[in-house]
Amino acid sequence: MAKNSARDIEITAFATHQIITQPNPLRSVLRRVEEKDIDDPIGRAEQALAGLAGEFKDWMATEINRLSAAYVAIRHDGFTKDRRDELFRAAHDIKGDAATFGYPAAAGVAESLCRVIEHAPDLEKVPAELFTHHINAILAIVHENTRLDSISVSAELSRRLRKVADDYLARVNSDRPDHLEVILAPSIAPAG
Amino acid sequence: MFRIDFNKLRFLVCDDNPHMRRILRTLLHSFGAREVYEAEDGATALEMYSHYVPDIVITDWAMPIFDGLELAQMIRQPESKGNPYAPIIMLTGHSEKRRVTVARDAGVTEFLAKPISAKALYQRILNVVASPRPFIKTKTYFGPDRRRNTNSAYMGPERRVGEKHEVLQQPSLLDKARSSI
Repeated sequence: MAKNSARDIEITAFATHQIITQPNPLRSVLRRVEEKDIDDPIGRAEQALAGLAGEFKDWMATEINRLSAAYVAIRHDGFTKDRRDELFRAAHDIKGDAATFGYPAAAGVAESLCRVIEHAPDLEKVPAELFTHHINAILAIVHENTRLDSISVSAELSRRLRKVADDYLARVNSDRPDHLEVILAPSIAPAG
Repeated sequence: MFRIDFNKLRFLVCDDNPHMRRILRTLLHSFGAREVYEAEDGATALEMYSHYVPDIVITDWAMPIFDGLELAQMIRQPESKGNPYAPIIMLTGHSEKRRVTVARDAGVTEFLAKPISAKALYQRILNVVASPRPFIKTKTYFGPDRRRNTNSAYMGPERRVGEKHEVLQQPSLLDKARSSI
């Protein structure tokens, strides 16, 4: 890909800032096509993603094993920054990936767990049940996912855990308005 | 209608999760990309950024040691020898409004909240390719213009002084992050 040279870059200076403009360095990759063009890169990609679906169950198993292991380490040896970060990243990855893997309710529970980890003022004081309920719920949702009657139960479980976690976080953050504001703000994530 | 010749683009993907890297690689190759380089942490990504000079960076946020936000800040060094202007798409599980603001202030070009979809990723790539924004340099910021709408009434501490209000009309990063496309 061709890059702009320094002489193509135009800098306009103002009192408080500079505005830097340059010809679009990626213009050569754009091409105009007819409306009737049948190429469908998005459809092709969706099809390729569907082709990975056979692996999603194993991938999800890897993710929940990682989450369980991270919490077992904390139960044995307590919270340290590294152990807290690993628990958060494991939950955070499930929050981001689980819906893609076909487990949207697990993503919801993982999001709730992330919020507890991120906004509890002292993780040592968080009731252990709040962690174990979240982790066990994720395990149960993944293990029971193929049963049609479990889908609505999973969604309800996710909603209730979120409510319990949010009530806890609102209580322990009553004197921390910055956290409270974030806890109460709506999510920007697309609805699953 | 425009299409992107993905086979002319070079991507750098940074995510510590191998499953997400595999998904991104699959999507980008399906779009037609041939050159997709992968890093599992920010430090490796920065090294690869200097070496491969990618056209577009797609990075996760939460990673051990050196995260995606720090990667964006390291790329957006106006005096660096490398290219500080490459579009950066932040693909993340973070879904709070303040995260979008923090990412924007680190110089991130587009924000994409997980779960990922082929359509949303394509739209973000199309946007950075077809509608690049000018860069702004202030005492505290270097990156794509954070204004997407004209607000001549704004009188906050970061009010830019001395120019006409010529702003590309685009949805705000937050509005785009909220939408799934």
